[in-house]
Amino acid sequence: MTPLQQYLALSMALFFIGAWGVLARRNLILVVMCVELMLNAINIALVAFSNYSPTGAGRGEVFVFFVFALAAAEAAIGLAIAIAMYRLKEKLSVDDLDEMKG
Amino acid sequence: MKAAVLLIPLLPLASFIITGLFGKRFFKEKSHYLSVGAVAVSWLLSMYLIVEVERGEELHWQVYSWIAAGSFKVDIGFLVDQLTAVMLLVVSTVGLMVHVYSIGYMKGDGGYYRFFAYLNLFMFSMFMLILGNNFLMLYVFWEAVGLCSYLLISFWYTKKSAANAGTKAFLVNRVGDFGFGLGIMLIFVTLGTLSYSGVFEAAGTIGTGTMTAICLLLFMGAMGKSAQFPLHVWLPDAMEGPTPVSSLIHAATMVNAGVYMVARSNPLFAESHTAMFVVALVGTFTAIFAASIGLVQNDIKKVLAYSTVSQLGYMFMALGVGAWGAGMFHLIAHGFFKGLLFLCSGSVIHALSGEQDMRKMGGLKNKTKITYWTFVIGALAISGFPGLAGFWSKDSILAGSFNHGYWYFWAVGLIVAFMTAFYMFRLIFMTFHGKPRDEKAFAHAHESPRSMTMPLILLAIPSALIGLALGLPPEDGHIDKFLEPVFEAAGIAPHAFGAVDLGLMALSALVGIGGILLAWQFYVKRPDDLPAKAGARAGFLYKAALNKYWIDEFYFAAVINPVMALGRGLWRWVDMAMIDGFVNGSARFFHGVGMALKPTQSGKIQAYLFSMFLGFLALLVAYLILTV
Repeated sequence: MTPLQQYLALSMALFFIGAWGVLARRNLILVVMCVELMLNAINIALVAFSNYSPTGAGRGEVFVFFVFALAAAEAAIGLAIAIAMYRLKEKLSVDDLDEMKG
Repeated sequence: MKAAVLLIPLLPLASFIITGLFGKRFFKEKSHYLSVGAVAVSWLLSMYLIVEVERGEELHWQVYSWIAAGSFKVDIGFLVDQLTAVMLLVVSTVGLMVHVYSIGYMKGDGGYYRFFAYLNLFMFSMFMLILGNNFLMLYVFWEAVGLCSYLLISFWYTKKSAANAGTKAFLVNRVGDFGFGLGIMLIFVTLGTLSYSGVFEAAGTIGTGTMTAICLLLFMGAMGKSAQFPLHVWLPDAMEGPTPVSSLIHAATMVNAGVYMVARSNPLFAESHTAMFVVALVGTFTAIFAASIGLVQNDIKKVLAYSTVSQLGYMFMALGVGAWGAGMFHLIAHGFFKGLLFLCSGSVIHALSGEQDMRKMGGLKNKTKITYWTFVIGALAISGFPGLAGFWSKDSILAGSFNHGYWYFWAVGLIVAFMTAFYMFRLIFMTFHGKPRDEKAFAHAHESPRSMTMPLILLAIPSALIGLALGLPPEDGHIDKFLEPVFEAAGIAPHAFGAVDLGLMALSALVGIGGILLAWQFYVKRPDDLPAKAGARAGFLYKAALNKYWIDEFYFAAVINPVMALGRGLWRWVDMAMIDGFVNGSARFFHGVGMALKPTQSGKIQAYLFSMFLGFLALLVAYLILTV
C-alpha cells in the first residue's frame, strides 16, 4: 500500500504550484485555474487522510463534495469577473486591477 | 418712595438700551433728547428722595432673592438713608449738568449717540451702586461703573493714547478690585451674610485681626477706584476721554465710590484702629504727593486730575481720622466744584479748538467771560476762600484731624491746602490772564454755546453756596447732624465750636489766600522770570514732580516689563516649543509612518495575496515551533 506521505507530498506539491500560479501569473483566467488547483490539492489531502484514518472513514470524502461545490461556485464567479474585466479594460492582466491603491 | 427708587436707575437704563440700539439709525444728532430727559427725571426723583430722607424717612427694601445657593444668599435690595441721599445729590446733579453740557461739547462727533448711551449706562450703574443694600451689589456695580469708565476714557478709540489709557484704567483698577473682592469673600466667610444691615450688626463680634484684614482689603478696592497712591496712576491718563467724562466720572462721581464704600463700611472700620490709621496715612500722603505733581503740570486737565487725586486723599484723611461727616461734606463740595472746574476746562479747550497746553493759552479772560468767572468761583471754592464751599468742608477736615489728635495729618493737610490754592490759581492766571501766548489759537477763541455755559453757571451756584447751606456751624453743622445716624456706630460725637477751631479756621483761610497771592506773584506779576527761577532753584524736586516721580517708569520696570518678558518667554518656550512641539511632533510622526507604509497599498492584488501567504506561513511556523 502506498504510504500516506506520498499522497501528502503530491498534495503539497500541487498546492504550492497552485499558490505560485496565483501569486505570480498575470492572466486572470490562469489565476482562477490555479485557485482550482489549490483546492484540488486540498481534496487529495482530505481523501488520503480519510482513507488512512482508523475511525474517520468516509468523512473526508464528504468534505471533498463541499469543496467541489465551493470550487464550482468560485469558478463561476471568477470567470464572470474575467468577462466583466475584459469588457471594461479589454485585457486580462491582474496588474491592471489597482484602482484601490492608497 | 419705592417707585422713585426703582425709576431712578431704570430710566437711564431704558434710555441706554433705546439710544444704544436705535441711536445710530434713528436718533443721530437728536440722541440727547431721550438721554437728557431720562436723567432729568431721575434728578427730580432724587431730589424727592432727598427731601423724604430729610424728613426722617428711610427705606430698606428687599426686591427679590437674587442668589440662593446653600448658605450663600444675596438679595437685590435697596437701602435709602442719609448717606445714600448725599451721594444721590452729587451724582444726579452733576450727572444732569454734564448731560446738558455734553450736548454742546460733543456736537458733531461721529459717536454722538454712543456717547449719550454710555453716559446713561454710567448713570444707571452709579445709581445702583449707591442704592444697593449689600456688598455684592456694591461690587457688581462697582465693576459696572469701571466698565463705563473704560468705555468712555477710550471713547475716541481710534486714538492710540486714548485706547491705552482706557486699558490702563481697567488694569490698575483690577489690582484694587482684587483686594476688594477678597475683602467681600472674607466678610462672607466670617459672617455668612453680605447685606449691609447683617454685616454691620455683627461687626462687634469679629476679632480685631480679621477686622483689620477685611478693612484693609476693602480699602485696597477704594484705593484703586479713588486713585490713591500707589494705584493713582490711571486717573491722570484717564483725561484722554472727552472732558464731560472727566468731569462726571473722574472727578465728581465714580472716583468718589471708594470714599462712599469706606464711609458706608464705617461700622467695620470703627472696629479696627490700624485700618483707620492706614486709611488716613494713605489719604494724607496721596494728598500731598498728588498736589506736588499738580504744581508743575502744564496740561490743563492734568492739573485738575492731580488735584482730584489730592482732594480724594483729603477725603480719606478725614475718614481715617474719624471725621466721617467732614469727609462726606468734602465729597459733596468737591463733587460740585471739581465737576464745575472740569466743565470749565472743557469750555476753554473747546474755545481753543482742542488746545490743552496751558503754555499756549493766556489772556482768555475777556473772550470767554462766563467760563472765566465760573472757573474763578470753582478755583476759589477749592482753594478754601472764606465763605465758599471748599472753605467749610476743608476746614472741617483739618479741624477734625487736629481735634482728634492727629496734628501731623493736620499739618500736612495745611500744606496741601496751600499747594492747592497755588496750583489752581497758577492754572487760572496762565489760562486767562497775561498776554496770549499763541496768537493764532487766541484769534479764533470764542465763548462756548449756551448748552455749555448754562451748566457752568448752575454748578457755580452750589460750588459757592453749598458750604454755607450745609456746613454751619462748623463741625456740628447741618450735614453732620444729617449724617449722624449713619456714623453712629463709628461713635465719634461732634464737638462744640470753640476758640481753637476759630483759630484753625483763620489759619486755613490765610493759607488758602496766601497760596493765591503767591500764584499772583508768580504768574501775573513776574511770569517771565520767577517760575523759571523757582524751577531751577528746586532742581531735582522740580524734575521729579514734573515726571510724576517716575511712578509709571517704576511700574514699567518693576511689573509690566518683567510680566511681559515672562509672557513672551512662556509663549516662546512653553507654548511654541513644548506644547506646539508636542502636538506638531505627534502629527509629524504619524505622517511619517503613513508615508513609510504608503507603498504597501499598491493596489496589486497579488502583492496583497503574497503578504497574506507569508503571514500564513509565519503563523504556521510559529504554531509548529510552539507546539511541537
